[in-house]
Amino acid sequence: MTATAKRKASEVVDDAVPPTTTAEAATTTTTTTTTKVVDLIKNLGGYDNMISQGAEGRVFAVTFLGKPAIVKQRFEKTYRHPILDKKLTKSRLNMEARGMMRARKLGVITPTLYYVDTHQAAIYMERVDGASLKELIRAGAMTEEEMRDVGEEIGRVVAAMHDGGLIHGDLTTSNILLRARDQKVVVIDFGLAHNSIIPEDKGVDLYVLERAITVTHRSAAMFEHVMAAYKQHSRQWSASFNKFAEVRMRGRKRSMIG
Amino acid sequence: MGFEGSANKVAVGVVRSDGAILSNPRKTYITPPGTGFLPRETAEHHREVILDLVQAALDEAGVAPKDLDVLCYTKGPGMGAPLVSVAVVVRMLSQIWGKPIVGVNHCVGHIEMGRVVCGAVDPVVLYVSGGNTQVIAYNEKARRIERRYRIFGETIDIAVGNCLDKFAREIGLSNDPSPGYNIEQEAKKGTKFIDLPYAVKGMDVSLSGVLTERMRRGECTAADLCFSLQETIFAMLVEITERTMAHCNTQDVLIVGGVGCNVRLQEMMGEMVKQRGGALYATDDRYCVDNGAMIAYAGLLAFMEGDVTAMKDTTCTQRYRTDDVLVTWRKDKE
Repeated sequence: MTATAKRKASEVVDDAVPPTTTAEAATTTTTTTTTKVVDLIKNLGGYDNMISQGAEGRVFAVTFLGKPAIVKQRFEKTYRHPILDKKLTKSRLNMEARGMMRARKLGVITPTLYYVDTHQAAIYMERVDGASLKELIRAGAMTEEEMRDVGEEIGRVVAAMHDGGLIHGDLTTSNILLRARDQKVVVIDFGLAHNSIIPEDKGVDLYVLERAITVTHRSAAMFEHVMAAYKQHSRQWSASFNKFAEVRMRGRKRSMIG
Repeated sequence: MGFEGSANKVAVGVVRSDGAILSNPRKTYITPPGTGFLPRETAEHHREVILDLVQAALDEAGVAPKDLDVLCYTKGPGMGAPLVSVAVVVRMLSQIWGKPIVGVNHCVGHIEMGRVVCGAVDPVVLYVSGGNTQVIAYNEKARRIERRYRIFGETIDIAVGNCLDKFAREIGLSNDPSPGYNIEQEAKKGTKFIDLPYAVKGMDVSLSGVLTERMRRGECTAADLCFSLQETIFAMLVEITERTMAHCNTQDVLIVGGVGCNVRLQEMMGEMVKQRGGALYATDDRYCVDNGAMIAYAGLLAFMEGDVTAMKDTTCTQRYRTDDVLVTWRKDKE
């Protein structure tokens, strides 16, 4: 979930846009797909159970085999060319599942993956009880010390992913949770994740994170802790840092003619 | 009166403080197909036509120099030589007419013009032109503390207009009236969708790969390529805009900049905004493309808050970020 744009269920129903999805089977006609997704949403408890609508998909809170779960369903982007949309939806669904599994193998805490429904582009996972870093910073709920600890933990976690060849692709403060029971950092939303060991990709990943932390929240100190911990924990920190500096300059320079 | 000359257009416009545009003449330096505009030649073009444009702007608006309150010019960002050629004229007129000068950030000019023309209150702004690709918002925190526009997403390599222009040059499309317009027309004939790289990184996009990639291809018509190129890069732009909307919890979108008058981009954005229950604001080429009125209006807003640029500071800069400008004039509710 890229964002936690929380909206009331009633507002969403008012949109009256029939939620559709590009099912994997190209043969499925639009009508049947639509009905299926409507059924799916009904099965998930309707829009009352929808907890957020991000840029990518809708997230529902459900119970899966007796456990509290989250379902993330990617809806069809009608503005996109159908071929492109199908390709992106499929690859992101796959990458999300794979990225999550891979991150866990690298010792990063992510929600447990329960089930992937490729047909309806829905992914079922553990419901983590906690708050996003974005919410915590916005609410001013963290002390300097906690910011430092969390920053260091994020640095360690990102280093672990990068050294394992996993690029998250969307490291924003909305995608980093703090678990309520033990205050551990949980990484979510691997929809833009990919496998890579190229420093360029790591640099961009760090750049996205920097922008999320410093631009959105103006907490530059926290990002320094992230970088310090990253340096400590990553074997290839030097190459990543060099590329990071390069990518940063690119972003700066870009304000040119128009 | 506003003066604009940051790229291949030179323009002079007269506006009133309520946003009414009294005149807005413009001339574009058009190069032959397959070539682009170079700084020195563009500056020569601007020097040749700017005084005629000043006269035309006065005549059309029906005002005399004594009726003007302030002269506004584009300080940057843009190409150095064309920017300077216009700034020189503004300094001269300021001294002859005895009027103060206000230097304006080009990007902010686009945003303020779009806001006043469309009546959009606090939208997420997608600014897309030959040299710029930015998703900008003036969100809650920016209002309270910073009073600056904030760039949420931008291209990390080349601008979308630059990407389109280069492509048009490659396939030999005409630069008249603009390469982007001709791609748009050509794309309407395209049917086959060709898979091109799709690079969205968080809220940023990368466009140079699209260009390199499509240069290697030869198995389809130019129309198909135009079509696929538009579909792919516009989808990327709409996606990063949507991400910013979700992040800032905003409903409305405003598209500004030269590429913003592309109807296909407006369609796609409209579709996305509709899915989210918001409104899309877009303008046609009179206001989207670089013009004098937008500089006049943005400068006037700052002038009314007491901003004046001293003669010694009437310089130009090629790099002038949207988030460098202190926004003194926006009185949004907190």
